[in-house]
Amino acid sequence: MIEINGVEIPDALMERFDKYCKDKGINEGERDRLLKEYAKFIQRSRYEPGEAVGVIAAQSISEPATQMTMRSYTMASTVGRLSKVTLGLPRLIEVFDARKTFERKMRIYPKKEYNNRESALEIASEIVEKKVSDIIEKSAIDLLDLRIELHLKDKYDSEQIKTLLEKKIKRIEVETHGHTIYVIPEKNGIKDLREIKLKILDINVGGIKGIEEAGVFQDENDNWVIETYGSNLKKIVEYDKIDHTRVYTNDIYEVEKVFGIEAARNVIAMEAKNTLDKQGLDVDVRHILMAADTMTADGKIKSVGRYGVSGSKGSVLARANFEETIKHLTRAAFRGEIDPLESIVENVMIGNVSPVGTGVVELGVDIEKIRKQKKK
Amino acid sequence: MEVGKVDSIKFEIMSPYMIKKMAAVKIEKPELYDPDGYPIDGGLMDLRLGVIDPGLRCKTCGGKMGTCPGHFGYLELTKPVIHPLFAKKIYQILKVTCPVCGRVMTSDENIAKKKPMLNKLYKSAPKTCPHCGAKATEIKFQKPTIFYEDGKDLNPEQIRERLEKIPDSDLPVLGISTRPEYMILTVLPIPPVTVRPSIVLETGERSEDDLTHKLIDIVRINDRLKKNIELGAPDFIIDDIWQLLQYHVSTYFDNEISNLPPARHRSGRALRTLAQRLTKKEGRFRGNLTGKRVNFSARTVISPDTMISVNEVGIPEVIAKTLTVPDHVTEKNIDEMRKIVLNGPDVLNGANYVVRPDGMRKRVMDLNKEEIAKEITPGYIVERHLKDGDIVLFNRQPSLHRMSIMAHKAKIMPYRTFRLNLCETIPYNADFDGDEMNLHVPQTEEARIEAEKLMLVENNIRSPRYGLPVIAFKHDHISGCYFLTREGAKFSKEEVAYLLNLIGKKSPGHEMVGKELFSLILPDDLNMEFVSSYCVGCDTCLKDKCPYDSYVVIKNGKLLHGIIDEAALGERKGKLLNKIDMKYGHARARQFMDELSKLALGVLSLRGFTISISDFDISDDGEKKIKDTKKKFEREAEKLVENYNNGRMEKLSGMTQEKTLEMYMQQIASKVSDQTGKVIKNSVNDKSSAVIMAKTGARGSYVNLSQTAAIVGQESLEGERINRGYTGRTTSHFKRGDLGLKARGFVEGNYRHGLNAIEFFFDAINSRENLMDKSLQTRHSGYMERRLVSALQDLRVEYDGTVRDNRGVIIQFMPGSDSLDPSKINHGEIDLNLVRENIEGENDD
Repeated sequence: MIEINGVEIPDALMERFDKYCKDKGINEGERDRLLKEYAKFIQRSRYEPGEAVGVIAAQSISEPATQMTMRSYTMASTVGRLSKVTLGLPRLIEVFDARKTFERKMRIYPKKEYNNRESALEIASEIVEKKVSDIIEKSAIDLLDLRIELHLKDKYDSEQIKTLLEKKIKRIEVETHGHTIYVIPEKNGIKDLREIKLKILDINVGGIKGIEEAGVFQDENDNWVIETYGSNLKKIVEYDKIDHTRVYTNDIYEVEKVFGIEAARNVIAMEAKNTLDKQGLDVDVRHILMAADTMTADGKIKSVGRYGVSGSKGSVLARANFEETIKHLTRAAFRGEIDPLESIVENVMIGNVSPVGTGVVELGVDIEKIRKQKKK
Repeated sequence: MEVGKVDSIKFEIMSPYMIKKMAAVKIEKPELYDPDGYPIDGGLMDLRLGVIDPGLRCKTCGGKMGTCPGHFGYLELTKPVIHPLFAKKIYQILKVTCPVCGRVMTSDENIAKKKPMLNKLYKSAPKTCPHCGAKATEIKFQKPTIFYEDGKDLNPEQIRERLEKIPDSDLPVLGISTRPEYMILTVLPIPPVTVRPSIVLETGERSEDDLTHKLIDIVRINDRLKKNIELGAPDFIIDDIWQLLQYHVSTYFDNEISNLPPARHRSGRALRTLAQRLTKKEGRFRGNLTGKRVNFSARTVISPDTMISVNEVGIPEVIAKTLTVPDHVTEKNIDEMRKIVLNGPDVLNGANYVVRPDGMRKRVMDLNKEEIAKEITPGYIVERHLKDGDIVLFNRQPSLHRMSIMAHKAKIMPYRTFRLNLCETIPYNADFDGDEMNLHVPQTEEARIEAEKLMLVENNIRSPRYGLPVIAFKHDHISGCYFLTREGAKFSKEEVAYLLNLIGKKSPGHEMVGKELFSLILPDDLNMEFVSSYCVGCDTCLKDKCPYDSYVVIKNGKLLHGIIDEAALGERKGKLLNKIDMKYGHARARQFMDELSKLALGVLSLRGFTISISDFDISDDGEKKIKDTKKKFEREAEKLVENYNNGRMEKLSGMTQEKTLEMYMQQIASKVSDQTGKVIKNSVNDKSSAVIMAKTGARGSYVNLSQTAAIVGQESLEGERINRGYTGRTTSHFKRGDLGLKARGFVEGNYRHGLNAIEFFFDAINSRENLMDKSLQTRHSGYMERRLVSALQDLRVEYDGTVRDNRGVIIQFMPGSDSLDPSKINHGEIDLNLVRENIEGENDD
């Protein structure tokens, strides 16, 4: 950080300044004067102490949300691109809810040497998860012999599948007859047979677990990109044909697990910003970062809502005011909690000045002193 | 009375001793009044519980209605009862404590740690007591309040004994702050009557509050239980009554406990008991504690005023005479104050009340106004009528953002509506089809100053959301500016005089070109260049030689080229507005807006402005081209469907055949709209009002134009072409399985020539979906806002520049990573061009 005339200039702002000077061909002397003036501008444009940045951020995000369309799915018209995506308000709510179940999506760039349609398609088909159910023609339960029949597609090797099945499921016998596999479990009640059949069909035989579908398309810079339904960041990053510096997934929890909380914070912000941008709604990133930072400030992802940020507040009254009033009050009584009345709502309730904005300033006047001064 | 400041609030379970100690009355009788209608001593309406009737005095504190806060009573329960809200905690505690010695069944080290671990202990379900070696019993809990031990009933009396056995030393581990047996009620506090006032109906009958009803039940059953025990009734009868008492107490606390039928009023309505009073939107918390009602406010219909300043709000005289501002009488203003008092309450600029230095309020009336005027001396406070220039707050719900409530300067006007400048309709999201708005009058000097400095309209021109003007020009303002600044706009001597008179400037006495006229209100040293909305997007921009006059050049405060339209003045665009606000300050920007708004609307009223069907006429050539495009794509679509039906269509990766066709068809539909749109652009009459509005960005768009003039296009439902209705077809007018354009909601007609019945139906489907969407999503976004605000409300910028929440945890080291306030900078960045301009200005000096 550079300091000019007592004003600290953050690196990002300095970078922008340098770029501007370079673009406009500004000479050294002018640059100095410009920098001084720039510092003045920065100083003038600062937040003032006490500013309720949180509320402003919340309003800046949710005010445009009222203009969003409800339609959750939109078909993108680019040829070949996967099109089923949750958009608009529902997606925004998903992000702030930090949901664990939603439409997972990944965006994967192949390494430079694979940057062509054929390789991209090949990678796409390699990473898509294949289950037993994908490689068989049909499956059936043979009630006479109490066994499960699997009819493999021609191109797959039944011996290979046999060893896999034996490894994955315990207490079964596997026989092969050409492309037909018979599975004879030890427990052979009809119910057991059905359960085991479902288990078998769900076994992973190739690709990366969790990647349901993959499509290939070209981005704005003519690079080939693979977009997938379903996500498995850990495995994809380990996969060697792709450029792991540019992998993206919309699964916040996965990012947290693989890259840590700071990365998760970025994903939250990016997802929120993208959903807003796609609807043509202009919101300053600073507001979205504020929300993302609050969600991740404690080192783990907390949702915006009663089970996350709002539910874990320090003040009993603030929690009771939001949702589940009775639960919070009884809990507080049980524990003997003390509400120190330090933040906004509690003070509104009590009728005190809330400690934000001009309310943070506490001035005491010593009237006696003033009187003495006057007398003098 | 000096009132102390509340420092903190402690929550606890009240002990029976405490309940008795704070009680003023012991309740013993279930009856409320004697035959004469006088409250019975020891009844639930005992006069010692407080007063709710005017004129009576409290028997406990001697206060009148309003001054007596009410006093608690207590009821001695014949047999103890479980507090329903703590039933689960009781269960957990029973499970982890030894039935024999009463110790918590965990190691001594754990107990010594004094760390609450009830949940963990409960989950581990200890089997034997490490302290006395006794075996744990099997405790079962049936919601809401029934307990079993090893299959046998465990009544509240036994539970209480069990809880009493737990030594104080073991309590911290359980996480409880008081004695656990307090969760079993032996004494019930009876709330004061002020909490449950009865209402006297017109017939003279008294109607009691729901809580009183519930309490009557409790007292009556309690009494019955006592009598039955005294009579030595059999155990099963006593147990029955005991259970009934438990039911009444449970529903008294919460009438929505699961597995418990709610207690009902005679009419069948469920009673609103304690828990119901606190929760939900209208409950005590959200309804009264956080959402307060205020005085000194007004609400009425709003209407526009073109002549009023952006900073002002027009207030009807009636309202001005009702709302007051307290003014201190001093030596300097005493004459003025006397005059105000002499005006009385009914004449504008009068006063309604006078407050004596000792705090007595006197109403000013025509009868006593002379007397009061003589009486007032410095130290008095005069509550005078609202007058021009007073600071008031103006608000429109839903208050979605900061700019939904702003400070205005009052301007007293005739008639009965609030008047506001049209530029403010954007931040308030207001229109004049019957909207109402609220007005508040700040009552202290501190509040007024804060409101003026922080909330005044001109200080909120720039939205914190995107850092560009939200208070900006719209609709007719922009059309007006177009007619003012377009090439060839000339105004006669008389017109110039009229227009300049509007903004209080002297006429030069000769005719003027529109651009000259416009330049009069620009700051003198303003320099800028930008492209206006009117731009058609040529391949190479000719800049100031633009044949469409769409390149704006302002030099030294003179508009040399270009049309001033939405790009210069509109919300979130407003380049000109933005620059004036940035460079010359909010006040100058406000002045510019005031003047331009008058000018623009003046020009428009000189000229007149209207639209008609003929605005959408297109040239014969255009008409033919549109027909051709329609045909061309129709053929293409037919071919696709044919291919699909023959199974010759290649499916795209990750899609089924049907999906692929759908996608292609949608593409065709959008291509038709795109291409006809282009044709429309060239073949529509440039001078028609509708086109001018679309081009300048005043209202409407080319999509509107082409839908009215050429083709409506694809109607969609849930993001797909319309595909429901009958089996295999949308309406019975098509063949089953017809996947063609028209059969799936493609509307070939246009609004100008009208739609045919089927098209109309499709259009209605689409409209209906949009309507439903809109009304259904507001509550989702409203809830999201509530959650977001609740999560982020405690964040604030500290003096050290960090953002922290109320725990003091640092959320950001620098707000927004660079500490810049988006509402003080230009669209998220500092405008370096402006910085440079500033130092160039220094050079000239």
